[in-house]
Amino acid sequence: MAHHEEHHHITLATHLQVFSALIGLTILTVVTAKFMHLGVFENLVAFSIATVKGFLVMAYFMHLKYDEKIYRWIILSSFAFVFLLFFFCVLDEATRIVQHSALQ
Amino acid sequence: MSSNSQHHHFAHHFESEEHEYATSKEGVWLFLVSEILMFGGLFVGYIIYQHMYPQVFHEGAMHLDWRLGALNTIVLLFSSLTMVLGVHFSQLGDRKKAVTALAITILCGAIFMCVKYIEYSHKIHEGLLPGAWYTGETHGLSNMGLYFSFYFMMTGLHGTHVLGGMCLILWVLLRANKGEFNSHYYTPVEGVGLFWHLVDLIWIFLFPLLYLVG
Repeated sequence: MAHHEEHHHITLATHLQVFSALIGLTILTVVTAKFMHLGVFENLVAFSIATVKGFLVMAYFMHLKYDEKIYRWIILSSFAFVFLLFFFCVLDEATRIVQHSALQ
Repeated sequence: MSSNSQHHHFAHHFESEEHEYATSKEGVWLFLVSEILMFGGLFVGYIIYQHMYPQVFHEGAMHLDWRLGALNTIVLLFSSLTMVLGVHFSQLGDRKKAVTALAITILCGAIFMCVKYIEYSHKIHEGLLPGAWYTGETHGLSNMGLYFSFYFMMTGLHGTHVLGGMCLILWVLLRANKGEFNSHYYTPVEGVGLFWHLVDLIWIFLFPLLYLVG
């Protein structure tokens, strides 16, 4: 049962480090959003930090870093399709609604 | 193989317990894809409407208390840690520690829902409701309800997932308590764990979207 044994090398120490990093990043995102005036970079900073946190959760807690590659491709495909939805919706809004809508 | 009476027999259509484990896990990941697509639609909708009505979203976000959001973020992150420990100890067949870790995870889910209850009751009290039910301050805007439609839909769907996750964790907790899991078989804890981490992952993005920017 070699495969099952492989999981053991994610030690509890690693999990604690990841958890500490996640808490640290949470504090950082609150400080940058609420106590610093970053203006136009506010959104970029907040979502960059969220992305790093999401990466840590997926890589370590969901052990994608150690697991078979197929799971990474499965989950990446979902992000790709959400991006596709986002891209065409923004394209539609930018080229049609903003210019022609009576709502503005 | 051991003479353990709790030994798990894999279903006959699988070649081995390894094969069963990998197939089940792939199924869970595919389910998580459908979850991300469902929440993804709401995220995209939020971004589009925020761009169309920036004032509505700005005023709406002002009604949210980031302290409660941050508290819930920390509670969920901690619950992810204890979930990882639950899987870890189930795998080692350490019944007592696995049950403790899973129980703490459920408790964290309950704390999260209590904070959500405080937030919701505060908003309902002030008439900050979705769409046509909005009776709160208008800030001179005609569609403040739009913001709270997104707020309640996104946090409500997420909260439903937390409640569902708590039930699933209770299910694996009871099975762990019976000593059903060991290094040869812990597939249900692994699958429920992945689901719980996804719920955490979605909150990681909901927190800045709703409470911090806007």
